Amino acid sequence: MKLLPDYRRWLRAGIVSPEQTAGATAGFSRLRTVLIGPLALVAVWWLAFDAQWVSHKLLPSPWTTVQSLWESVASGAMTKDFLSTFNRTLSAFAIAAVAGIPVGILFGSNQKIYRSIEFLVDFFRSTPATAMFPLFLLIFGIGDFAKIAVAAFAAWLVVVFNVAYGVMNARQTRILAARVMGASSWRVFRDVMFFESLPQTFIGLRMAVSVALVVIIVAEMFIGSSDGLGRRIIDSQQVFDLQQMYASIIASGVMGYGVNLFFLAIEKWLVHWSGK
Amino acid sequence: MSAQTEPRLRPVPAEQAVHGRQTYITVRGLSKQFAGSPLYADFNLDIPQGKFTSIFGPNGCGKSTLINMIAGLTPVDAGDILFDGKTLKETTIGYVFQNYRDALLPWKRALDNIKYPLEIAGKSKSERTRRVEELIASFDIRFDLSRYPYELSGGQQQLVSIMRALAPHPEVLFLDEPFSALDYEMTLFIRDKLQEIFRATGVTMLLVSHDLEEAVYLADRVLLLTKRPTQVAETVHFHAPRPRDADTLSTEDFIRTKARCLEIFQREVRR
Ligand SMILES: Nc1ncnc2c1ncn2[C@@H]1O[C@H](COP(=O)(O)OP(=O)(O)OP(=O)(O)O)[C@@H](O)[C@H]1O
Ligand SMILES: [Mg+2]
Repeated sequence: MKLLPDYRRWLRAGIVSPEQTAGATAGFSRLRTVLIGPLALVAVWWLAFDAQWVSHKLLPSPWTTVQSLWESVASGAMTKDFLSTFNRTLSAFAIAAVAGIPVGILFGSNQKIYRSIEFLVDFFRSTPATAMFPLFLLIFGIGDFAKIAVAAFAAWLVVVFNVAYGVMNARQTRILAARVMGASSWRVFRDVMFFESLPQTFIGLRMAVSVALVVIIVAEMFIGSSDGLGRRIIDSQQVFDLQQMYASIIASGVMGYGVNLFFLAIEKWLVHWSGK
Repeated sequence: MSAQTEPRLRPVPAEQAVHGRQTYITVRGLSKQFAGSPLYADFNLDIPQGKFTSIFGPNGCGKSTLINMIAGLTPVDAGDILFDGKTLKETTIGYVFQNYRDALLPWKRALDNIKYPLEIAGKSKSERTRRVEELIASFDIRFDLSRYPYELSGGQQQLVSIMRALAPHPEVLFLDEPFSALDYEMTLFIRDKLQEIFRATGVTMLLVSHDLEEAVYLADRVLLLTKRPTQVAETVHFHAPRPRDADTLSTEDFIRTKARCLEIFQREVRR
């Protein structure tokens, strides 16, 4: 295959060691495996389009969709919507994280507080955040902040619950080990419980950013917004510009996936001991 | 004492060696119950200073609970525990857990794990570094301590745990089945390291073991416990000279002592 670099030549030239080529080959074969699913989806999409399983009105061809996405991005038409949604999501997430982590730590480190509040947290976690839209609109008006506030609230609950859970489930032996060395309660908290809770905290943060994105997109669709990907998706649906609709859906997917990937990378770097 | 002849480990000061025959840990009127069923009721115990005491007894008789109460990890229902007349707060102790994986702090490098108790004790950076270097030398460590615990083998992790426990110069070292998660080769290696440290420092050691051979091999005294409610069935002394090695295991003294312990143990289990 011409696409792959010619490792045999590099090997002879001594540029790479045999172990490296083994690693790279494994990497390529993994990449090939990973690509099977997405390629199959595009193939089915194309087949469905080509064989007219679904009306062309409902399902444009993958190529024209990608083309439409590319044009919107290149012309900058989508960028503004993308950035608005991105900013709102990050604002909501930031509020949730800043307000959620300390509260989670407080709940998690105090059994009594936790037990008295557990039901409320569980209840509101099970309540669809979107059911709160009207209430938040009443409180915050129809401006941008109402959307951010609902998303922040939903994400906050996720952060609180996960941080509290992480703190509560700190490995007992580690806490005992620090105590037996004469560590004060504050030290045990700062040096052990905090770090012990980090893996679960990161799980919570990743979930929170996803929740925030979902709520923001829905809010943009249904509670009067002049921009954002949610707005863009519903607008293109209204005028039956389905290529644009699919393109915007894909763009919001790219955002969600990208943010998740970003957090995973930070997590792997910061919480390097997790799962080991 | 000149600098060259000074051994790498702190020697036992003469007055402490004499002192060593005295009672060090005193447990008086200790009571403890779990969920209404008594584990210890009016339990008394004396542990001598500078001696190696092994604790052996039936499953679930409360060996771990006993040393955890002495080390302050488990609260007592009633009773007094003193270290040479001092309270636990006034005493520096070291504790080695069975599960090293859960006892080390995985977000700290091995080196920083060892330094951690010194940090808690408020030692300066240079003091911490000096103490760790001392420990590395006395343990003859050949692996890289700048790695994270999860990058080390089980035996290496347990060695790090022991070094961490010894770092603040504890007056007493508690070990709860420290070898039970290690393979045989590593067990033998660390066991002998422990004996070496014990000989060099004379620190009072308290070992819970489920391996009678190991309990006797390391001990000056083997404390045999009864079933619950737990009492001391008997204390068996073992005076073989140190350093003990594989040959010790085949001496008549060792075999006799071990048989004696086993006899008491079986009597207590059947009771
Ligand atoms: N936190 C606890 N709550 C209730 N019961 C407990 C608790 N800790 C220990 N026990 C009970 O107390 C008894 C003694 O436990 P301990 O762990 O001290 O025994 P052990 O001699 O160390 O046992 P093993 O040989 O299994 O290590 C056991 O019967 C155990 O079930
Ligand atoms: Mg035990």
